[in-house]
Amino acid sequence: MPTPVPWDSPLVAKLKSSYGSGIEALTYAGQNYMTVDRSMIPEILQVLRNEEQFDYCVDITAVHYPQREKQFEIVWVLYSFARNERMRVKTQIADGEGIASSIPLWPGANWLEREVFDMFGIKFDGHPDLKRILLPEGWKGHPLRKDYGILQQDNEWVQINLGIESGQ
Amino acid sequence: MTDRNSSLSPLDLETPEKPFLDANELVINMGPQHPATHGVLRVILRLDGEKVLGLECVIGYLHRGVEKIGEHRTYTMFNPYVDRMDYVAAVSNGLGYCETVEKLLNVEAPPRAQHVRVILTELNRIASHQLWLGTHALDIGAITPLFYTFRDREEILKIYEKYCGARLTTHAFRIGGLQYETYNGFEKEVKNFLDFFRPKIDEYEELLTTNRIWVERTKNIGVISGKDCIALGVTGPVLRASGVKWDLRRAQPYANYKDFDFDIPTGQNGDTYDRYLVRMAEMRQSVRIIQQAVDALPEGPIMAKVPKVMKPAAGEVYHSIEAPKGELGYFIVSDGSTQPYRVRVRPPSFVNLQALDVMCRGQLVADVIAVIGTLDIVLGEVDR
Repeated sequence: MPTPVPWDSPLVAKLKSSYGSGIEALTYAGQNYMTVDRSMIPEILQVLRNEEQFDYCVDITAVHYPQREKQFEIVWVLYSFARNERMRVKTQIADGEGIASSIPLWPGANWLEREVFDMFGIKFDGHPDLKRILLPEGWKGHPLRKDYGILQQDNEWVQINLGIESGQ
Repeated sequence: MTDRNSSLSPLDLETPEKPFLDANELVINMGPQHPATHGVLRVILRLDGEKVLGLECVIGYLHRGVEKIGEHRTYTMFNPYVDRMDYVAAVSNGLGYCETVEKLLNVEAPPRAQHVRVILTELNRIASHQLWLGTHALDIGAITPLFYTFRDREEILKIYEKYCGARLTTHAFRIGGLQYETYNGFEKEVKNFLDFFRPKIDEYEELLTTNRIWVERTKNIGVISGKDCIALGVTGPVLRASGVKWDLRRAQPYANYKDFDFDIPTGQNGDTYDRYLVRMAEMRQSVRIIQQAVDALPEGPIMAKVPKVMKPAAGEVYHSIEAPKGELGYFIVSDGSTQPYRVRVRPPSFVNLQALDVMCRGQLVADVIAVIGTLDIVLGEVDR
């Protein structure tokens, strides 16, 4: 059974020396990622973008672990054209907590953050236009949370807006 | 927080604060039911006369909750669902998904399967570009290319149909390799197609490349710089047409693309015309790749050893491929059970569509149609 092994690189050493032990860097299946404490996220992302040339924010997404104390894991997939290197940055936040928006670093984060908000209800502080993107604006609930059933719908919205009893 | 002096500094996407109802400003709604939006895309345009001041996309009309469905299906059962995202490039979607799960399972498809995968995926790139060319030209007012491209795309769909029984949502690949061995005469038919298709690209180009109307409608329209593309996460032919020579098949090779010789076509101006040229050149490169793959098609098994009931070890993997529209990524979290704990699809169309606002500002209303076409979006993938 494969297990994550520590990821050693000059980048990790540099970040650890300036930000201390709040960083855990691992490699799994040949892919590098680091778990960072929530409070350090804005700084780490800024360093990665401005100093380490991770100029392309590939994706921002989240995973819901309802049994954990800090329920949500937010994942940034980053890529550097100059280094031809890909990495992921992860952090854990509790339900109701927000996280700094990374639009100032990568304008492309706009829609990606809106989708995370839409699907998980995670707020990105400083986002200029944080509203639902795939679901209609008045919808209640965030479907990719684990406590949202696969057949569940916002029946009230369906009845008012579609004029039918149920969407099922 | 931002470093404006750096060459990689983010875009300035803000517009000056203006009253919403300015007498000179007109807000009009385009779509969601509009033939030129290539599906159900709604665009709210803010106009000053014919000039576009800004726009906002409203999406989600085709949202089916693919990522949620993925959490409730086994790895094998979810495979056909991915075909329904970018339904004109279903084979590419399948390749990305199968390779990601293979990474989680730590298996690799055998060489013969890899070759067949490359052949079918590159055929799909051609088919996707053909569909783009036909509809894009139709939007701008050239009707003939649509008939030409659909006539020739049919030959590709015939190969698919013979191979796996389906034409559009093919479900051609399985996790670990291929379900079906190629049919008798597969190699010959693919080679025949290549011989048939080479002169057809010239035929398309004859219709458009030097056509005065086409050039006037596409040159200097929807210009986006390479720097802006990177800042917005735009990938695929749009990025390459802006002069960034980046293709995942080369940058981070997957399948067995490293065995094949091909060029990465790029443009310089980042306008609609360059994106047209890049996609035309990409079709020629795809022909080159398929020719090499089919000439060197090895014998051997088509399936790796994968368990009947797949239970990848707990862990997570992000893997992406160069789909016809750009970087198509899958982020799958496994908790060790038969179903993925989380499936995230990073669709190229969704991210690329974000650039529409930047590309359309200052252009005319009629050019919005051209720019939507040149972005080559598929709403099934945008909304998932």
